[in-house]
Amino acid sequence: MTSEVDSESGRRNLPPLSLHIPEPHYRPGDVADFSNIAIPAAGVTPRPDSAAAAATMRDMVYGLVRVLDDDGKAVEPWDPRLTPERLRAMLRAMALTRAFDERMFRAQRQGKTSFYMKSTGEEAVAVAATFALDREDMCFPSYRQQGILIARDWSLVDMMNQIYSNKADRLKGRQLPIMYSTREGAFFSISGNLATQYPQAVGWAMASAAKGDTKIAATWCGEGSTAEGDFHSACMFATVYRAPVILNVVNNQWAISSFAGFAGGDETTFAARAVGYGMAGLRVDGNDPLAVYAATAWAAERARTNHGPTLIEHFTYRAEGHSTSDDPSQYRSADEGAHWPLGDPIARLKTHLIGLGEWSDDRHATQDLELAELVKASAKEAEKNGILGHGMHQPFETMFEDVFEEMPWHLKEQSAQMAAERTRKWPDKKSGDPV
Amino acid sequence: MNMIEAINSAMDVALARDSNVTILGEDVGFFGGVFRATAGLQAKHGKTRVFDTPITECGIIGVAVGMAAYGLRPVPEIQFADYIYPALDQLVSEAARLRYRSAGEFPMPITVRSPFGGGIFGGQTHSQSPEGIFTHVSGLKTVVPSNPYDAKGLLLASIEDNDPTIFFEPKRIYNGPFDGHYDRPVSPWAKHEGSEVPEGYYTVPLGKAAIVRAGADVTILTYGTMVHVARAAVEELGVDAEVIDLRTLVPLDIETIEASVKKTGRCLIVHEATRTSGFGAELAAMVQERCFYHLEAPVERVTGFDTPYPHSLEWAYFPGPIRIGMALEKVMKD
Ligand SMILES: Cc1ncc(C[n+]2csc(CCOP(=O)(O)OP(=O)(O)O)c2C)c(N)n1
Repeated sequence: MTSEVDSESGRRNLPPLSLHIPEPHYRPGDVADFSNIAIPAAGVTPRPDSAAAAATMRDMVYGLVRVLDDDGKAVEPWDPRLTPERLRAMLRAMALTRAFDERMFRAQRQGKTSFYMKSTGEEAVAVAATFALDREDMCFPSYRQQGILIARDWSLVDMMNQIYSNKADRLKGRQLPIMYSTREGAFFSISGNLATQYPQAVGWAMASAAKGDTKIAATWCGEGSTAEGDFHSACMFATVYRAPVILNVVNNQWAISSFAGFAGGDETTFAARAVGYGMAGLRVDGNDPLAVYAATAWAAERARTNHGPTLIEHFTYRAEGHSTSDDPSQYRSADEGAHWPLGDPIARLKTHLIGLGEWSDDRHATQDLELAELVKASAKEAEKNGILGHGMHQPFETMFEDVFEEMPWHLKEQSAQMAAERTRKWPDKKSGDPV
Repeated sequence: MNMIEAINSAMDVALARDSNVTILGEDVGFFGGVFRATAGLQAKHGKTRVFDTPITECGIIGVAVGMAAYGLRPVPEIQFADYIYPALDQLVSEAARLRYRSAGEFPMPITVRSPFGGGIFGGQTHSQSPEGIFTHVSGLKTVVPSNPYDAKGLLLASIEDNDPTIFFEPKRIYNGPFDGHYDRPVSPWAKHEGSEVPEGYYTVPLGKAAIVRAGADVTILTYGTMVHVARAAVEELGVDAEVIDLRTLVPLDIETIEASVKKTGRCLIVHEATRTSGFGAELAAMVQERCFYHLEAPVERVTGFDTPYPHSLEWAYFPGPIRIGMALEKVMKD
């Protein structure tokens, strides 16, 4: 091919290329204004049949499923029409999640554990979704869905024992705090490596289908984590095998200091990832517990009736820091959270219940006190089993257990080596004693 | 300077000297990295030279390979060494082999920086020492500094080097050396050797070890955080050990090692990584091949145990002065 060539440099006479680097709208010092975000009114996003072909509902990935309107009234067509008892139970689980987070965050600040991650502002994503699932459905969460366990009435003391890595920790002090695991709670062991749970959830769902079981799987990851290859492998397998799985993307706008644009969020929605795979996708107001419930129930019905997977983007906001090691004031506008246009999920459900005449500010305040007391009492109970401190609450030998089903010679040798070291370090301790 | 500042300074100098140097990784841009190693660099050198990436380690390294193929010198950051595994294929099958398979047409001047090692209550996924995986791969260089001066000089040398380099930063000693006693406060780098770091350009050559303590009775081969733990153990025990900081594992300074072991007749290897198939095994084999007739005792290894890193039993897992002391007694016997 020939083209115009700049004779001096030998280069074609073309404009220079430039590289686009995404930039968030607001940085520290800016006043946040989210009026640029299009928020469709509650009720305008249609509700297709849960058996509808994915190709017929592509628009859903650009809309926003919302049930609660600005006054807290539930609007059709997605209103799940829950009883007041269910609504109150959901409200309680969300408020309990928040109280739990606050207490454990403080415990970290007091040096009782090494690390903590709050889910503040995102409680509906885990709690309302869990309410729409069956108790046996398997959850493959990331680290910000403690609400699943709380919605399943899991023991707070048990969760705290894990956070304190104490002698009652069912994970024997091996995992980072908040990385729970309970097979009985249908809650898969959390990994620190992002998005690894995604294809695993699909595999579990495929297994359930292959065996002719009735259980489905659900998984959660952050919008930042959708960049990982594992996310895409999961979508591929889920569509190809029509796996009975719900793939939740929690778009809380930030991945540590990186805004959603670095995961592609400036160019399209995360729900729209589904379109390329030929999968059903829903975009949901993640701060609307009824919308999260309704979308999850829809996807669960779709999965249970062999119509395949659904990708749900929960549009929400991370109201607090990424973790106890993070300082969000370094990279985002201080008032961003306050301007978030979708409000607070707990406040919205509370307003809704009050509007129904099924709740009151007084009852809410009383419940908050009761939940704070419950969390406090649970923490006291858990602390009886020890706090992290030196962290040496587990018998030392446990360190070598569970690497393999049976301990090979080299681990036995290393265990003996450690016992000898320990005798030298703490001559007055017996084997098996915690330090 | 502490080690983070030294690493930051190295990248600052490299960006200023060579317009091809490009920094990319999760959170490295505006925020300056979760450990603040790239703080201020984007503001100073611009958004297309220092930028945040999507969270995909395989993407980060794959893109770095493409950038290097164009002629840039990418310095990707993997936020924690524990998260380098998704990038393994791009590192092992691509970056490491491109020079070879293209008969030199595509050199890969990539420097992958990554904080590694334990002792910070990071649990299983923020504590690992995966260097052995990389030393096993032909075509990759592996570098581990142990103080701010070396960190800056070695990083500049790695960035200038035309081969792909894995630069592991021992995060336990980012802010000060650590003697392995978890219950003692760590004193800041300012009070220690290696913290005087020139502002400008200098390099510490790859493939050259440092004798950090001369001694006559036993040679200790180590790197990273363990340099400080081993030194502390030696002082506590009053052993006349020669402590060698390897600084680069590949290429390895075999002359310095050989000369020292032939002189002392004894050798102890210390690393944080798990024992089986760790880099210590390679060191032990090399010492045995080259110094067998000079050895007065079997070569000993002090390492992490062959278990994942246990959160609450971290200090039982971490190779501390007691483990080193017990091994030293064994090597020094008769
Ligand atoms: C494979 C891998 N790479 C990097 C990290 C470090 N890291 C931990 S959380 C995080 C941000 C994740 O953001 P997002 O997926 O949006 O979830 P969020 O924290 O907002 O809930 C990063 C980069 C990791 N844990 N695993």
